Amino acid sequence: MSKKLRTRRHRVVLNRSAGGDFGINLMLFILGAIMFLPLYYVVIQSLKPLDELFYYPPKFYVINPTFQNFTDLFQLMSESWVPFSRYIFNTVWITFAGTAGNLILSSLCAYALSKIPFPGHGFFFQLIVKSLMISSAVAGTLQFVILTKMGLMDSQWAIILPTWASTLGLYLMKQFIDANISTEMLESARLDGAGEFRTFWSIAMPLVKPAWLTLIVQSFQGLWNTGASIFIQSEELKTLNYAMSQVLSAGIVRQGAVSASTVIMLIVPVIVFVVSQSNIIETMATSGMKD
Amino acid sequence: MSKKKETVAVHNMTKAQWTWHLMKQYKVGYFMVIPFMILFFTFTVIPVFASVFVAFTDWNLLQTPNFVGFQNFITLFLNDDLFITALKNTILFAVVVGPASYLMSFGIAWFINELSPKMRAFVTLIFYAPSLTSSAYTIFTYIFAGDSYGLVNGWLMNFGLIDSPILFFKTESYIMPLCIIVSLWMSLNTGFLASIAGLQGVDRAQYEAAAVDGITNRWQELWYVTLPNMKETLMFSAVLSITNAFSFGGVVTTLAGSPPTGYVGYTISHHLEEYSGARMEFGYASAISFVLFIIQIGTNMVINRALSKVGK
Repeated sequence: MSKKLRTRRHRVVLNRSAGGDFGINLMLFILGAIMFLPLYYVVIQSLKPLDELFYYPPKFYVINPTFQNFTDLFQLMSESWVPFSRYIFNTVWITFAGTAGNLILSSLCAYALSKIPFPGHGFFFQLIVKSLMISSAVAGTLQFVILTKMGLMDSQWAIILPTWASTLGLYLMKQFIDANISTEMLESARLDGAGEFRTFWSIAMPLVKPAWLTLIVQSFQGLWNTGASIFIQSEELKTLNYAMSQVLSAGIVRQGAVSASTVIMLIVPVIVFVVSQSNIIETMATSGMKD
Repeated sequence: MSKKKETVAVHNMTKAQWTWHLMKQYKVGYFMVIPFMILFFTFTVIPVFASVFVAFTDWNLLQTPNFVGFQNFITLFLNDDLFITALKNTILFAVVVGPASYLMSFGIAWFINELSPKMRAFVTLIFYAPSLTSSAYTIFTYIFAGDSYGLVNGWLMNFGLIDSPILFFKTESYIMPLCIIVSLWMSLNTGFLASIAGLQGVDRAQYEAAAVDGITNRWQELWYVTLPNMKETLMFSAVLSITNAFSFGGVVTTLAGSPPTGYVGYTISHHLEEYSGARMEFGYASAISFVLFIIQIGTNMVINRALSKVGK
C-alpha cells in the first residue's frame, strides 16, 4: 500500500491534506484580520488630523498623517493641576514596586514549594491552585475592609501590596522549577555545604530566567494598566491610565487624543511582550495543571 | 483489644513526632514561603473564607454586626430583582464567553502550530495584543459610536442599510451582544499562550507512530494524539477561561456605562460594587460574593470532570 507523502520544507508531513492546510490558513487569516482591525483603526485614528476624523463615512486610511493628536494629548494633560510627569511617575512606581515584590516573594515561595518537602507544602500549593479558580471580585469585598483597616486608604500601597501576593506568576514559576531543576543537582550543592538560600540564589534562580521574565511581564501588564481605584482620592497619587481615561470622558471631540492615548498605553506592553515572547512560551510549556 | 489500642496510639505519636522532625529539618522551607503566604492569606484566603461568616450578618463597618441567619440569602434570591438580573447576565456571559474563548484560544493555537517559528511569533502577537492592555477596547466606543462618525454607523448609513445612526451602547438589544464580542476580542490571554506552548510540546514521534497505526487525518490526530497529550495544559487554560468569563463587569462599565441602560449587561460584579463600595453593606455583599464563589468552584469541578474524558 503506497500512501502519497506530502512534504513541507523538505519534511514529510503526515496526515495533512492540501485542502485542510488551505482552509486552516484561510480561517487564520480571517480571524487575524478581525482581531487586528480594531488595533489598526486606533492607530489610524490617532494619526488623523481633525478634519479627517470627521469625514463621512469614516476612512480606513489617513491622507495627511499628523502627530497633532499626540501634541494635543500632552497639551490637555499639562492643563491638569497636577503635573503630567507626576502621573507617569506614579504608574512607573506602582508597576516597579508591585512587580519587584511579587517577583521576590513568589520565587522564594515557588522554590520552597517545589524543592523543600516540608510538611504542608502540598496543602499550600493546592490553596494557590484553587485561588486561580476564583475571580478577584470574590475576595474583593472583604479585601477592601482589610486594606481600609490597615490604614491604606488613599495610599498606593493599597494597590501594590495585594499584587505581591498574586498567584498566577507563583504557579507558573513553581511548575517551571518542578520541570527544569533536578533535585539531584540541588542535593549536590547542599552536600557541598551551600545553605538553602545560597542554593536557591546561585543554583536554582539562574535556571528559571524564563519564568522570571514571564512573571515580570504578567505583573507589568496588570500594573501598567492600573486605572482609577476606590483607594486613591488624592490627585497627585493617581495613575497615567486614570489621567488618560479623563480625556475619554470628554467625548467625541477628543477622539484623536483618546486614540493617541490608547496607542501610548498599548505600545509599551507590546514592546515588552515582543522582547520576551520566546521566554514566556518556554515557561508556558510547563503550565499544565494536574488534578 | 487494649494492646491494639496501644499500637495505634504509638503509631499516632510516631507520626506526629515524625512530622515534627520533618518540620524542624525543613524549617527553612517555612521561612521561604512565609512572606508570600502572609500576604496571600491576608488578601485572598481570609477574605474568601471570612465572607462565608460575614454573609450571615448585617455588618456595615460602623455598627456591631448582628447574626441574621439566612436573611441575606433569602433577600438575594426572593426580594432582590436586580440580583437575579445580575445573576442571569453573569451566567449568560460566562456560558457564552467561557467556552467560546476557550475554543478560540485552543483553536487558534492549533491553527498556528505548524507555522514557521518566526511567522508563529508574529501571528501570536497579533492575536495576543488585544489583551495586553485593558485600555485597548475603548476603541470600540468609536467603532460603535452612536453618531454618523462612528465606523459602523457611518458605513451602514453609507450603504443605505440604516437611515439614522444606531445608539449601540444605549440600545438594550445591542449591549449584551456587543459586550460579548468585545470580551471575546480581548480574551486570548495567558491560556492562549499556554495552549501554544502545550501544542509545541507534543512529541513528534507520537504523530509518526499514530500515522503508522492508521490515523488518516488531522482531526483523528487531534483527538487521539494531541489532546490526550496536553490534558494538563487544557485544564490550566480552562481554569483561566472560566475565571476570566466570570470577571466581566469592566467591559460593560466602560462601553455602556454603570449602570447600563435598563440594567442590560448588569453583572454580579456591578452588584458587588454597589453594595460594598457604595452602600458599605458588607454582610449583604459577602452573601453575593459567596454565591459567586460557589458558582465558580462548581463550574471548575464540572470542567475537571469533562476534561478527564478527553481522548476516550
